[in-house]
Amino acid sequence: MKLEGKVWKYGDNIDTDVIIPARYLVTTDPKVLAAHCMEDLDESFAQNVQPGDIMVGGANFGCGSSREHAPISIKGAGVSCIVAESFARIFFRNAINIGLPILESAEAARDAQPGDSLSVDLTAGTITNARTGKTYQARPFPPFVLQIIEAGGLVPYTRHTLGIEI
Amino acid sequence: MAGRTFAEKALARAAGLPDARAGDILDVTPDLVFSHDNSAAIRRIFAQTGAPGVRFPDRVAITLDHAVPAPTTRHAENHAAIREWVRAQGIAHFFEVGRGICHQVIGEEGLALPGETILGADSHTTHFGWLGAFGAGVGRSEMAALWATGELWLRVPEAMRITLSGVPAPGVTAKDISLRILGDLRADGGLYRSVEFAGDTLGALSLDARATLPNMMAEFGAKNAYLPPDRAVLDYVDARARRPYTPLYPDDDAEYAVEVALDVAALEPQIALPGSPANVVPLSEVAGQPVQQAFLGTCTNGRLEDLRAAADVLRGRRVRVRLIVIPASAAVFEAAATDGTLAALVAAGAAIGTPGCGPCMGNHLGIPAPDEATISSANRNFRGRMGTPDAPIYLANPWVVAASAAAGQIADPREFLP
Repeated sequence: MKLEGKVWKYGDNIDTDVIIPARYLVTTDPKVLAAHCMEDLDESFAQNVQPGDIMVGGANFGCGSSREHAPISIKGAGVSCIVAESFARIFFRNAINIGLPILESAEAARDAQPGDSLSVDLTAGTITNARTGKTYQARPFPPFVLQIIEAGGLVPYTRHTLGIEI
Repeated sequence: MAGRTFAEKALARAAGLPDARAGDILDVTPDLVFSHDNSAAIRRIFAQTGAPGVRFPDRVAITLDHAVPAPTTRHAENHAAIREWVRAQGIAHFFEVGRGICHQVIGEEGLALPGETILGADSHTTHFGWLGAFGAGVGRSEMAALWATGELWLRVPEAMRITLSGVPAPGVTAKDISLRILGDLRADGGLYRSVEFAGDTLGALSLDARATLPNMMAEFGAKNAYLPPDRAVLDYVDARARRPYTPLYPDDDAEYAVEVALDVAALEPQIALPGSPANVVPLSEVAGQPVQQAFLGTCTNGRLEDLRAAADVLRGRRVRVRLIVIPASAAVFEAAATDGTLAALVAAGAAIGTPGCGPCMGNHLGIPAPDEATISSANRNFRGRMGTPDAPIYLANPWVVAASAAAGQIADPREFLP
């Protein structure tokens, strides 16, 4: 699976309170959440993000509250993938569970600049920056996690383990 | 063979295996799973799994605590949907509006025991480390899967040992120890680790204070945290436990990815400056900073000892800025009402609220106006956390919160004590 998009770059320790503030948690509608995604940090994001764009973060991306609304709001905004130096553990799990691909590569995240064009090969786990021409190898998913991704997220995976056909 | 960490032992037990090592991915069956006001949303995800019903309703707890009493019709409808779900599924452990915050209530009810694995749809589930349990936060889809199957995959985390030595000075608490750890090692210093505490300081901390340490380790990136349960903890548990349990202790030769030591004897009160719980300075660097609101409560610092600390500071004084006090549970509320603590706080001008999370995450009950600064005993001060992005939040221990309410500015409680 290959993705291509423009970079929205943020720093270290991007927390779930800025990704989606608690005042909007009364809904789980991805479109409504997407309209407020990142607004306390970067009001231009929700207004200007294009389908397929790629979010790039520093260390500990998604720290704080366990709210699944955070990856849902980012996915709802049209972001195809997040590349970061590292992810907070609950955000990491939530993103996989709702079907938002995330890749860990410190070098790719550090080199990427706002507006760069990245192409990502999820199967190979590679990230290529069109501006620099460099290709980076992300940390691969453990096989068990790949099964969940291949099933389309945790809910369909659970249906499968329960023996329930769609 | 090298020894095992607490996390290795606890997750092997929860997976029904004789042994496990850091890095293993296991299917674990937790002893208790819990959620709170998010349960109605989890129920909607649960429906998508196609499961006929909750697999182990006797191992599920639900607490209404995040927006209580319901501030809006939408919140009330959410609560009503949760009550209906609890009835329909026969959920064994349901706690109504006013009973308190999930992490506090589950401990009081004897539903989390030493050596057990507790998974909660709340990031501060690291809290249960104070009981010697493995507590980890999970997301909503994961809780739905847990309701459906009773199982979830977990990777056994590498462990970090933090050895504390010395006894904190008066007015210095487990909150200050936690903040100092965050300040020194940053917000991702414990990322994906089992943070296992050791050292002579632990025995010198009250049970109320011990809960603060693992609670705050959620801000450190930790998957779980752990304090070795001593006699005092086992006595607390034995008075409440409804099932047998076996405490687990790490082996002396367990392998830790990182070892850190901290002498707390000379520590002064610490403050997290607005924006991050890891943005920590000693109190003396920020004393005198005006605040417009003080908030005492939450799963971090809303227990009896915390309320008593504030009463000790405020007896015979009046607050200069509004002070909101929210006990962590009904049991804390009742004890503080019985021993005169609440009367002292009310006499000083405090406003007392229904046990629950209060304004911690900006739902209600004390949202600051833009540009109003709050000093808070909570665990998070991210931008916008309390409802508006322009309201700075300072984190501190309960003594400091009370002293600052009395002074109208960030103040050293040691100047207020006899």
